[in-house]
Amino acid sequence: MKELLDLYVSFFKIGILTFGGGMAMLPMLNSELVEKRKWVTEEEILDYFAIGQCTPGIIAVNTATFVGYKKRKALGGLMTTLGVISPSIIIITIVAAFLGNISDNVYVQKALWGIRVAACALILEGILKIGKKGIKDAFGVIIFLLALLSVLFLGAKSVIIVISSIIIGIVYNIIRAKGVVK
Amino acid sequence: MTYLQLFYEFFKTGLFAVGGGMATIPFLREIAEKYPWYTTADLIDMIAISESTPGPVGVNMATFAGYMAGSFLGALIATLSLVLPSYLVILVIARMMAAFRDNKYVNYAFSALRPAVVALMATAALSIFKIAFCHDAPVNELFNNIDIKAIVLFLILFLIMHTLASPKLKKYALHPVIYIAVGAIVGIML
Repeated sequence: MKELLDLYVSFFKIGILTFGGGMAMLPMLNSELVEKRKWVTEEEILDYFAIGQCTPGIIAVNTATFVGYKKRKALGGLMTTLGVISPSIIIITIVAAFLGNISDNVYVQKALWGIRVAACALILEGILKIGKKGIKDAFGVIIFLLALLSVLFLGAKSVIIVISSIIIGIVYNIIRAKGVVK
Repeated sequence: MTYLQLFYEFFKTGLFAVGGGMATIPFLREIAEKYPWYTTADLIDMIAISESTPGPVGVNMATFAGYMAGSFLGALIATLSLVLPSYLVILVIARMMAAFRDNKYVNYAFSALRPAVVALMATAALSIFKIAFCHDAPVNELFNNIDIKAIVLFLILFLIMHTLASPKLKKYALHPVIYIAVGAIVGIML
């Protein structure tokens, strides 16, 4: 029971501290789940993001379900999912009901400017950290660069990147394994 | 009746929007055209507010749309309907992953998938950086729109957190929310 409550509280915190999309959640996932609770590793977070890119729904919610399932199966997934959406339901309801024009307020805009900049620094640090775990050899560097260039210059969609890297990974390792056997 | 329609529309959005919060926007626009709940002009404000309030932006937008359609109960139904399909899909995948974790081919696939996802994260970060540092200007106008103050604040914050993240200083590392709070305060003061 205690653990289920912990799952809910952790993801409530992650939800309330996430400004923007799934990417902005990365620093919070690192500090809350990897470092503080030690529920998952950085590699697992990468895997969840990968699957979240090509499955239906919000990536933040998909990641929450994964972590919850890992700890306490379907019920755990339910607690983390409810945890990550609870702040939105509370805050957006209040904003929609009373402060429809909150984003027009000059102080809110100034604060958001600073929050956005701080979030960028956190995101860069988060990517450097998770990149070290995700890119371990020359093959990884090549895949990283190929994927990066395909998105930036060819406008490749995430789904295409995910599917083609799965195929490349399987083919490359089969060929390499055969080479070693010989 | 509205609640039933909300359930149907947001379940559909949750099931077919692949790739995260921003992928739900086309569905939200269709809903705006089909029902009297909110207009396409409202949608632009909803996106702006959802991006600037705590919470994943995709969840925020659904909550907002649901509130416009049927106040608090509408917000609750829209949000839960949005996350239900992905909850079910991820349960199935998580179960499969647990079964196939030691499979050779799954590990082969992840050996290339992980670096590729780091690249996807980097490109997602670039688009966020563009908003923060260049007022989201079009590519050929980027250099005329550089926000020097934002870049200076960014560098200071990044240097502090990167230094504190080194193995020796790790015990002094600050929680992300501290940086967010500092950013907000500096923003208001400037």
